Amino acid sequence: MLLFLLGRILRLLTLLVAVSVLSFLLLELSPIDPVRAYVGADMLKVGPEQWAKIAEYWGLDQPLPERFARWGMAILRGDFGVSMIFRRPVLAVIGERFLASLALMLTAWVFSGVFGFALGVLAGMKQGTWTDRLIKWYCLTLASTPLFWLALLMLLTFAVWLSWFPIGLGVPAGVPTYEVTLSDRLYHLLLPALTLSITGVAGVALHTRQKLVEVLQSDYVLFARARGESGLQVLLRHGLRNIALPVTTLQFASFSELFGGSILAEQVFSYPGLGQAAVQAGLRGDVPLLLGVVAFSALFVFAGNLAAELLYWLIDPRLRPKGDACEQR
Amino acid sequence: MKKEAVTTLLEVSDLSITFTQYISGLRQRTIRAIINLSVNINHGEVLAIVGASGSGKSLLAHAILGILPGNACVDGKMVYAGELLTPARQAALRGREIALIPQSVNFLDPLMRVGAQVRSGIFNGNSTALQREIFDRYHLAVGTEQLFPFQLSGGMARRVLVATAAVGSARLIIADEPTPGLHPMIVRETLAHLRELSATGSAVMLITHDISAALETADRIAVFYAGTTVETAPASDFCGDGELLRHPYSKALWQALPQNGFQPIDGSQPSIDNLPCGCLFAPRCSLASRDCLTTVPELRSLRGGETRCHHAA
Repeated sequence: MLLFLLGRILRLLTLLVAVSVLSFLLLELSPIDPVRAYVGADMLKVGPEQWAKIAEYWGLDQPLPERFARWGMAILRGDFGVSMIFRRPVLAVIGERFLASLALMLTAWVFSGVFGFALGVLAGMKQGTWTDRLIKWYCLTLASTPLFWLALLMLLTFAVWLSWFPIGLGVPAGVPTYEVTLSDRLYHLLLPALTLSITGVAGVALHTRQKLVEVLQSDYVLFARARGESGLQVLLRHGLRNIALPVTTLQFASFSELFGGSILAEQVFSYPGLGQAAVQAGLRGDVPLLLGVVAFSALFVFAGNLAAELLYWLIDPRLRPKGDACEQR
Repeated sequence: MKKEAVTTLLEVSDLSITFTQYISGLRQRTIRAIINLSVNINHGEVLAIVGASGSGKSLLAHAILGILPGNACVDGKMVYAGELLTPARQAALRGREIALIPQSVNFLDPLMRVGAQVRSGIFNGNSTALQREIFDRYHLAVGTEQLFPFQLSGGMARRVLVATAAVGSARLIIADEPTPGLHPMIVRETLAHLRELSATGSAVMLITHDISAALETADRIAVFYAGTTVETAPASDFCGDGELLRHPYSKALWQALPQNGFQPIDGSQPSIDNLPCGCLFAPRCSLASRDCLTTVPELRSLRGGETRCHHAA
């Protein structure tokens, strides 16, 4: 177990190094000019000498490896720099934005997990019937719908026409922060979270269905039926037990899709989360923030995958090493 | 064979199983997997069903239990303990009166402890006590009930599988290929367990392609060929040169054994989508006449057995 964790930590470190080197290089090759981004609208007032001075002050005249080393050392000290758009430390921005995103992603994650699982089990049990076909059709349609388009439709329908939900933002506009209540936040969270989970449902349901169909075709289910177990009994005794693991693992491993989806959903709903911050940082050339978000999202996705692995390891008796609980006596 | 208990428990007559398959798009075809099969089994007897793989032996087991896949169509009559075996009747009986001993440990739920899996076959009484009792009877250590199927050794797995059927009060036990490629010692032990079960009055249907195992255990032997029974004979008829056997295929099977001359016959079992129209064995039979190629021989009783052959005497 200790060895396993050490291995994973080592893997995380190499991943983070690789991600930072790669994103640093990509930014270097991109047309983003940090000085231009910093100067912004004052471009006409800033002469070439001043321009060069700023570049020199930031160390932009140094060779690439040196700049990377300086940035890397700063990161190691916990200093991610200052975001140019928000004029605040990158870590503070990420922390605040991540909390908002986390609420959004967690809601979507639970929604899609629960509904997707239920739909998948229903379709798997009714395999080949109209119920199954209907669920499959629904899931495939959703799975092939671009999220931003779906988000726009949801916005149009529920926020504009029906006015059930606010049009965007994380909190009501024009209300001081200290007056914003929890229910206000939830109210603003619901529509983006629903949108994000709708496409998630499709994936979870199709995977659950597939796993359940496989289990139902297995020898041990045939034997269970030979022993007089009815369809529902088979599902409760053997079906759920055997699909729980792969499905839970998949659910944790879906953090990356969730994160990708949240970027689009937050953009459409102008929801002030990490995804929106990433888009702004990219569009407006906020290099420190962009690098920070990239590193952080790598960490986030890694955590999801690690959780999936640990779960498998803890639950599946077949992966447990010898001398463990089940081998006693 | 016990003389006092020769009452029929299960009688299968003219059983046919066909499968509907989609080949391409909406074009269907039907495959006849079992054709006009008749076999019966008595109380307290071990009936071995012997045949090459692909002759439909397992399908017979699944048909009796009523667990064939949805695209299977069953025709014919099955009578269990004097009552017609309808799907509803099968659902009520399977696991309780009719039990299956499966082929391998893959038929156990990989994520469920074996003790719990044996207990799920007990419908009344103290299930834990009964399960411990049966584990004790089959020399399975107390801790075994806590193990998962993947942790069982070959011999233990075999005993657990037998225990799943023996733990209830099944009157008909169908052992589907219970000794595939196992160590001779484990094979002997498993067969002994089956004999024991029949000694308590249960009927045991032993489905196997291992003739020696069948001969060692069974009272009667039904020989399967291409989805039907060509002969049912007392096990004692399998002796000498096979001169007591009724059907040429049974004789050929017997003579192909290493200890009986090791003589193979030409050809192979016809494939199910291209069956001969007369006797199924005719294309490979040395006795085949014109009759054999055109008309299917009826099943008839002969010298204490049954056979499907125009020439048998």
